Amino acid sequence: MSLQIENLRVYYRTLAGDVQALDGVTFDIADGEIMGLAGESGCGKSTLGNSLIALTGRMKYVEGKVALDSKDLPIWDFEEMNRYRFKDLSIIPQYAMSAMNPTRKIGRMTGELLESRGVSHKEVLPELRRRLELVGLSEDVLNLYPIELSGGMKQRAVMVISTLLDPSLLIADEITSALDVSTQKAVAEMLVEFRERGYVKSMIVITHDISILYQVADTILVMYAGKLAEKASAETIINSPRHPYTRLLISSLPEVGVTYTGKRLEGIAGTPPALLNPPTGCRFRDRCPFAFEKCLEEPPFIEVDPGHYTACWKEI
Amino acid sequence: MSGYGTDGQGNGEGGLLKLDHVSKVFSTGTFGGKQMTAVRDVSFEVKPGEVMSVIGESGSGKSTIGRMILRLSPITKGQITFNGKDISSIRGRALKRYRHDVQGVFQDPFSSYNPIFKADRVFAMIKSEFFPGMSGPEWRNKIGLALEAVTLDPPQVLNKYPHQLSGGQLQRLLIARALLLDIQFLVADEIISMLDASTRIDVLNLLADLKGRGLGIMFITHDLSLGNYISEKTVILRRGLIVEMGATGKVFGNPTHPYTKMLLASVPQLHRKWEEIAEELKVSETVLIDREAAAKKAYETVSEILAPDADDSVLVEAEPDHLVRFSPEEARTIEPAAVAGKAE
Repeated sequence: MSLQIENLRVYYRTLAGDVQALDGVTFDIADGEIMGLAGESGCGKSTLGNSLIALTGRMKYVEGKVALDSKDLPIWDFEEMNRYRFKDLSIIPQYAMSAMNPTRKIGRMTGELLESRGVSHKEVLPELRRRLELVGLSEDVLNLYPIELSGGMKQRAVMVISTLLDPSLLIADEITSALDVSTQKAVAEMLVEFRERGYVKSMIVITHDISILYQVADTILVMYAGKLAEKASAETIINSPRHPYTRLLISSLPEVGVTYTGKRLEGIAGTPPALLNPPTGCRFRDRCPFAFEKCLEEPPFIEVDPGHYTACWKEI
Repeated sequence: MSGYGTDGQGNGEGGLLKLDHVSKVFSTGTFGGKQMTAVRDVSFEVKPGEVMSVIGESGSGKSTIGRMILRLSPITKGQITFNGKDISSIRGRALKRYRHDVQGVFQDPFSSYNPIFKADRVFAMIKSEFFPGMSGPEWRNKIGLALEAVTLDPPQVLNKYPHQLSGGQLQRLLIARALLLDIQFLVADEIISMLDASTRIDVLNLLADLKGRGLGIMFITHDLSLGNYISEKTVILRRGLIVEMGATGKVFGNPTHPYTKMLLASVPQLHRKWEEIAEELKVSETVLIDREAAAKKAYETVSEILAPDADDSVLVEAEPDHLVRFSPEEARTIEPAAVAGKAE
């Protein structure tokens, strides 16, 4: 098992109290699996992705276990995690375009990053060049400052640098969001290519765009208000979802070919609950058309079909 | 008869908003020595009750067109007419009258509000500028009607600060603000992209309902699925040039220009994989790629590999209500009937 997460809870400290952004999640990712992590703003997906790499700012580890390749990761210990970051697990952060040091040429920044991990820059250089070429970047890019590249080019450069040491787990946080449609496709396909070539073993692809996940992910995990709603193969989530939130979400997405006059789509009325003092029970019950008395008790996230997990009393 | 005025002649009915050979050239470079053409010879027409999608990637000029229509940016060449009157150079009272009829809503709802004031201050600003004499009760009634039109519940949105409202609510408030002016035309520039999936459709449905009441809408987006959902007409822009335009069903159902095909082949769909779509559209890499650009390797956007349209290319009616940009040689060999036949 590549990644095992058990009852992970990460909150944000605020003056008003703790925001329970990631509130007890348990799931596994197998070797070679590309898992999409989908949900709307505030669902906890970015918190989940980032907590595995670094607890920064106001993030607070509350409880839970994270194991990568059977090794426990001490995510609560920023210094200890340095041994694992970039080598065993790596992230392509949101706003990757702004992730590079503007005062350093890209080659020099990469060199510094490698040296900080005790890896010889010179030894890795040939491989670095090969990978830049794979994503359509000339090696001249190493001699440029980030400001000299376009958004799409920066994104691809960051992809190469983040995976340079062949991490076991790659977390890609909203890496297609700010890109044009054609560059989105190229970037998404590159992720799969990286896995095919063994540069990365498993991936968590965080995005709100479920249709991209359908194209490249093996499985999709849907989150809602800090909790897990459903996990299954991409095919199943799109074509036969069982959690009411997933079903409503999928049916609210416009597609090429669907017109307003042909088939009027409906959104989900209401908004997600605030997570400062979240409601008890299922967090979706206020907006759920199928809610009943049992929903006042939190439903467990369990396997309802082989490989298909969901947290809904109606489906158990 | 295309009715798009591409030959400089309208169809005589006087569309709501009409662009005639509009171009925009920016001066760039340290001393303004260089020039960059953002919009090149664009002509189209939107009728009342019609939604036109303007689709393009970044750098296509779509937002620039929106800004020119809203008079936020001057036109370099050509003419923009509203209800038959040229609005390109009006000023003073005539310009104010235009603002009464044509308004815009933009991409980031949060930056349209001053965060230290309550959100409904945007309504108060409209009142002081356009309805200074209106009585309190009459104004409140007017707001109530506008909020109803955008399906917002007054107690939930009035007297609140922007940070207390969601992106979708803020966008709908901005649409309500435009409705307070009884506008005839709305420029919606990427208004959905920063909203969550479950609220996007509500704003889209709202636009569709408003067009049913006679509003003309220019819906600028990079997302083809959204454009397809609500628009009657579609314009595909590439680097300032229109490469394909016409009835939405025809542009998406029978995409003819290589750039349109490439865009459609790149859109991630929910029920079909990219390979399936590429197969269907017969998007062959060897046909589309500009080998020289691909060989350069450090290309900016993937779509740059596609060969650009020549300076002497023309928009030709490939089938009724469907115009496509071709080189002059290709244009001579076009048989509209053959192209239309492909749609079956």
